[in-house]
Amino acid sequence: MPAKASRAAFGEVLLDLGAKDERIVTVDADLSKSTMTAKFAKTYPARAFNVGIAESGMIGLAAGLALAGRIPFACSFGCFLVGRFETIRVSVAYSQAPVKLVGTHVGVAIGEDGYSQMGLEDIACLRALPNIPIVQPADELETKQAVAYAVEHPGPIYLRLTRQNLEAVHDASYRFQFGKADVLRPGRDVSILVSGGPVWNALEAAKKLATEGVDAEILNVATIKPLDDEAILRSAGKTGHVVTVEDHSINGGLGSAVAELLGEVMPTPLKRVGVTTFGESGDPKGLYAKHGLDAEGIAQSVLKFLR
Amino acid sequence: MANPDIARLESVAREGRVQILRMLTHAGSGHPGGSLSAIDILTTLYFHRMRYDPKRPDWEDRDRFILSKGHCVPAQYFCMAKAGYFPMDRLTTLRKLGSPLQGHPDRTTVPGIEAATGSLGQGLSIAVGMALGLKLAGKNARVYCVVGDGEIQEGQIWESLMSAPGLGAPDHHVDNLCVILDGNGIQLDDFVAKVLDLEPVVDKLEAFRWPVLEIDGHDIAQIDKALDQAETIKGKPTFVVAHTVKGKGVSFMENEPEWHGKAPKPAEAVRAIREILGGTVPDWAASIIAELEALEKK
Repeated sequence: MPAKASRAAFGEVLLDLGAKDERIVTVDADLSKSTMTAKFAKTYPARAFNVGIAESGMIGLAAGLALAGRIPFACSFGCFLVGRFETIRVSVAYSQAPVKLVGTHVGVAIGEDGYSQMGLEDIACLRALPNIPIVQPADELETKQAVAYAVEHPGPIYLRLTRQNLEAVHDASYRFQFGKADVLRPGRDVSILVSGGPVWNALEAAKKLATEGVDAEILNVATIKPLDDEAILRSAGKTGHVVTVEDHSINGGLGSAVAELLGEVMPTPLKRVGVTTFGESGDPKGLYAKHGLDAEGIAQSVLKFLR
Repeated sequence: MANPDIARLESVAREGRVQILRMLTHAGSGHPGGSLSAIDILTTLYFHRMRYDPKRPDWEDRDRFILSKGHCVPAQYFCMAKAGYFPMDRLTTLRKLGSPLQGHPDRTTVPGIEAATGSLGQGLSIAVGMALGLKLAGKNARVYCVVGDGEIQEGQIWESLMSAPGLGAPDHHVDNLCVILDGNGIQLDDFVAKVLDLEPVVDKLEAFRWPVLEIDGHDIAQIDKALDQAETIKGKPTFVVAHTVKGKGVSFMENEPEWHGKAPKPAEAVRAIREILGGTVPDWAASIIAELEALEKK
């Protein structure tokens, strides 16, 4: 499969799912061309609602639709969506309204638009709420299956999608399982737990590490909440060293979730790679290099950590 | 809809006022002022207008009620108990550890509560979404949403006010939605006009393309007439501005900002209940008075 942005895969699969289930509706806040629901809106105009640049109202509207038996996908950039945390907290999470929250344009990978448009704290915020799972697919195939799962999921759920293209990391036989991490590359020396944008880079890093005599195991952690404790503990127990990699704030994201798990259950040396500052404008490749999220950066972090 | 039995509804609202004071006194905290200003509206909705079945709280065709000003949930708890959703005795567990009757509405603990509210400004958006969802599902059910006047200072309210009148066009207009403003003129800190004046609120709503009706929110005939009228307005939701008195029915609470969020002491509650009942104390009320007098002695 060619590289494809997870937001684009989302837009495509939503059209198919919408044809099968008329309860599926979209709500947008003037970003439907970016969140890729515009095609759905064109195909099913009576089931697509654009409320203007008003994300709180959009999330509340979605909560009401969900409580009245519809299956609403509420879409915006991850930062604008989760920025309306209080509405998600009470109208969606506490009300147990089965809204499908879709945050796109996550991470420094969006590049030139700069920090104000980058979803960098969304995982941290939503991890604090009791009943909203967080799913971040790594490629087109996984995204399409994760979106289909979201339709079936009985409660609210958050899908974290990218603006940038993602290289395929799964073969056609792969089946996404909610709550499960999958081993993309088995290894003995270090476990690299990675999610979303940098997954492909971690696989490339593993090749570099192999030339240095380091055999890295790569786990794609698509479901960040609830964490696949079993798979992570199994891998960490085997390798004895864990590195987390994410295009998200280093605080509160995948790395923190893994640190909490290991700290309580099986203390294991851990290195977290992620964004430690505000983001900034720049070309996406340059930003990944600066924040240590490209293959070279990940490999260097692992080597430094192991030495 | 048939003409309301005004005397009966007024009697239920009086009982509601007594039960609100009773439960807040037991709880030792809560919001009497706004509960008392909204009880006539809620009584009319629950005991004359809305179609629901307390034995089937998830009945798909039920009318929905969202109390966006969630802090006034004692008024709703009374209506729900009176309607048969749960026993009246449970009202005295309000706000206590382990009680389903949370300080603000929680739909997971009380079947029949439609959404969690109380973080102000959110209930209206949910109500709009429910109205739209019911239209999409081809249901005839209506959605009622009560907002507070202090509450509509929240920005999210105006987001939904902007979009709701045009939403669902051309086939799923949310004309099954009626929003009622409990305009009691007081918020936590002070009079609304002093904290952040909303006037001219009717002009603002009309500028946002809402049909607006203005009524006395303690006159059950007027409340009912407005809700009747709202059902005849097609193509748009309706906004009813109900002028109310905070603390209505208890002279020492009326129009006093300090009674926004303070529970009465048992002796104060007894005095208030006697005033509400105006001389004739039926047996059920006598036992509440005895219960509160015993609480005073503790």
